[in-house]
Amino acid sequence: MELLSGADMIARFLKDEGVERIFGYPGGAALHIYDALFRQDSVQHILVRHEQAATHAADGYARATGKPGVVLVTSGPGATNAVTGIATAYMDSIPMVVLCGQVASHLIGEDAFQETDIVGVTRPVVKHSFSIRHPSQIPEVLKKAFYLAATGRPGPVVVDIPKDMTAPTERYEYVYPKKVKIRSYNPVTRGHAGQIKKAVDMMLKSRRPVFYTGGGIVTGHASEALTDLVQRLGFPITTTLMGIGGYPQGDRQSLGWLGMHGSYEANMAMHHADLIIAIGARFDDRVTNNTSKFCPTAKIVHVDIDPSSISKTVRADVPIVGAAGSVIDEMISLVQGREPASGEALAEWWQSIDGWRGEREGKLYEPSEAGEALKPQEVIEAVYRATRGEAFVTTDVGQHQMFAAQYYKFAKPNRFITSGGLGTMGFGFPAAMGVKLQFPQDDVVCFTGEGSFQMMMQELSTCKQFDVGVKIVNLNNQSLGMVRQWQDLNYKSRHAHSYMESLPDFAKLIEAYGFTALKVTTFDELAPALERAFADTSELVFLDIYVDPFEHVYPMQVPLGSMRDMLLSKTERT
Amino acid sequence: MRHIISILLENEPGALSRVVGLFSQRNFNIETLNVAPTEEPSLSRLTVTTVGDDRVIEQITKHLNKLIDVVKLVDLTEGNHIERELMLVKVKALGAARDEVKRTADIFRAQIVDVTPSVYTVQITGDAGKLDAFVQAMAPIGILEVARTGVSGIARGDKLLSL
Repeated sequence: MELLSGADMIARFLKDEGVERIFGYPGGAALHIYDALFRQDSVQHILVRHEQAATHAADGYARATGKPGVVLVTSGPGATNAVTGIATAYMDSIPMVVLCGQVASHLIGEDAFQETDIVGVTRPVVKHSFSIRHPSQIPEVLKKAFYLAATGRPGPVVVDIPKDMTAPTERYEYVYPKKVKIRSYNPVTRGHAGQIKKAVDMMLKSRRPVFYTGGGIVTGHASEALTDLVQRLGFPITTTLMGIGGYPQGDRQSLGWLGMHGSYEANMAMHHADLIIAIGARFDDRVTNNTSKFCPTAKIVHVDIDPSSISKTVRADVPIVGAAGSVIDEMISLVQGREPASGEALAEWWQSIDGWRGEREGKLYEPSEAGEALKPQEVIEAVYRATRGEAFVTTDVGQHQMFAAQYYKFAKPNRFITSGGLGTMGFGFPAAMGVKLQFPQDDVVCFTGEGSFQMMMQELSTCKQFDVGVKIVNLNNQSLGMVRQWQDLNYKSRHAHSYMESLPDFAKLIEAYGFTALKVTTFDELAPALERAFADTSELVFLDIYVDPFEHVYPMQVPLGSMRDMLLSKTERT
Repeated sequence: MRHIISILLENEPGALSRVVGLFSQRNFNIETLNVAPTEEPSLSRLTVTTVGDDRVIEQITKHLNKLIDVVKLVDLTEGNHIERELMLVKVKALGAARDEVKRTADIFRAQIVDVTPSVYTVQITGDAGKLDAFVQAMAPIGILEVARTGVSGIARGDKLLSL
């Protein structure tokens, strides 16, 4: 039997749980815990420069590894600064455990220094939260927090820890709980066998089927199984932004991603389909466009681990509650040895799809000509080539995010790391840090813009302290590009506050931290700059690439229209 | 349509706020809400009446079930059930109105539970419709104050909502 203080229990639990690294920032209410961390060397603590970055870094780690990211912050402002990152993880179902210091129990409710009701503040954006009421609860509560964060539909869990719970003088028995049970929480795994059979029968009978898969494939580690199923059936597949990499994008059956800025062929195929097989996707508004006009001829099979995602915005004909991997495995065993009922119909379907593909081939954007500003799209394509498509890619939010998703092709899951649900500017750079610390041998590229980067650029200091060699590709269009695009389309080009006036000299800024910055303004400078930037995987390099500020992201679905109603360029429309 | 949803909830600090927060966060309606501990001290029973079409009610029950603190729930309106609410009403009781209040209370099987020279306090139980009707009947006489508990309910017959 071992007697430990609450603070030592936390450090010890993290070790026993197999946590290698946590991201945080110290402060009064968390100091006992920091002292415990100081006296051990199993868990590495990464000191960020703002608590929001701690959550994004832990989030990046979680998305790349599939394991919960861990954050430690102090009470009050430390905890409230973390809220945006918690909400970001919540919207994208990312496993995360956030340990928040809290003022001592006897001060709670008295508006004490640095007191915030963080359980209350975060309630709508967490999967669950706990308050520690006695130090002896710490091991069990932490185990529950990790269990909840990582199982079922994953999500962030907040643990509020009053300072007196971690007092070094109070010692209690510590046993690492190998298992916990929560009577009201029994996440489903296997789907209903009858429903799966019904779905498979519909799949084999369908004439114009399309798979529509989402982040559930990535978080559910179901990408191999999915690839197997899709290839056995020979059906087309489109993924959501969050599902990118769940199926290899280079494959012929992949139509790319769908939705507001999705590919022409993906949106056309969805609109004309007679059967949509949705797995681990949630029919959100950036995918469906106007739900009353959504896919008028399609029956819908919807597989999701979260029953509340099914029939939330679009009614499912065959709802299946279950884990993506398990349901897909059962589908495979039912498909084995059977053929689609009409190979002819499927061949015709592929003809239509290839027709849509052909219509847009070579017309996605106009490359820059000599003397013109670079196009953001060609920069992404150049980075794709320079990294052989193997990099971990994180993004911020805006035009560059959509271009990165469109022009960097992903063959594997867990490689495209983006804030899809909440759309958090400032996410990309700290998320890249979290990934790079875990995969030091890999290229980790953060595509950003001068707007987003300035929201979290203080993390350059963290990168300096911990030697984090991420590559930052700043698509500098001197404006908030996506805001500007909407203002062009909807506000007669009245550019209210979408300019980034008084931009810093990024090169000087980066050099102030001792890193390399390369400025690129012409196409000829691009390839040599990339070669220089990616020469050494361990080196942080900032590429300040000036791109055409007038470029728009296309295709773009027309508001209130159906899936197939798209603007294809500034002058073309479906 | 109006639905009565009964929930067994972990008797933990903050559990109630998760339920109530869910309704406002997701733009669902709460008409009445009633909560108290059960015979099993680790559980509270919460009854909420809400209004919505089938799609909304399905979403409400699914989201409630997702809350970790919700152990079990039932939509009582899906089957035969008993629904009760308790109301305390203070009415002006002067002159002829004194008798009128008493007579009406008797008709509704309500009881006068407190008396002053000018005021009667009436206690009445029943479903929400009966209570509404009583308020209507008393309105011309002069209602001074109303306190309603909100609906509580239970399924008829052998059906149980328990662990």
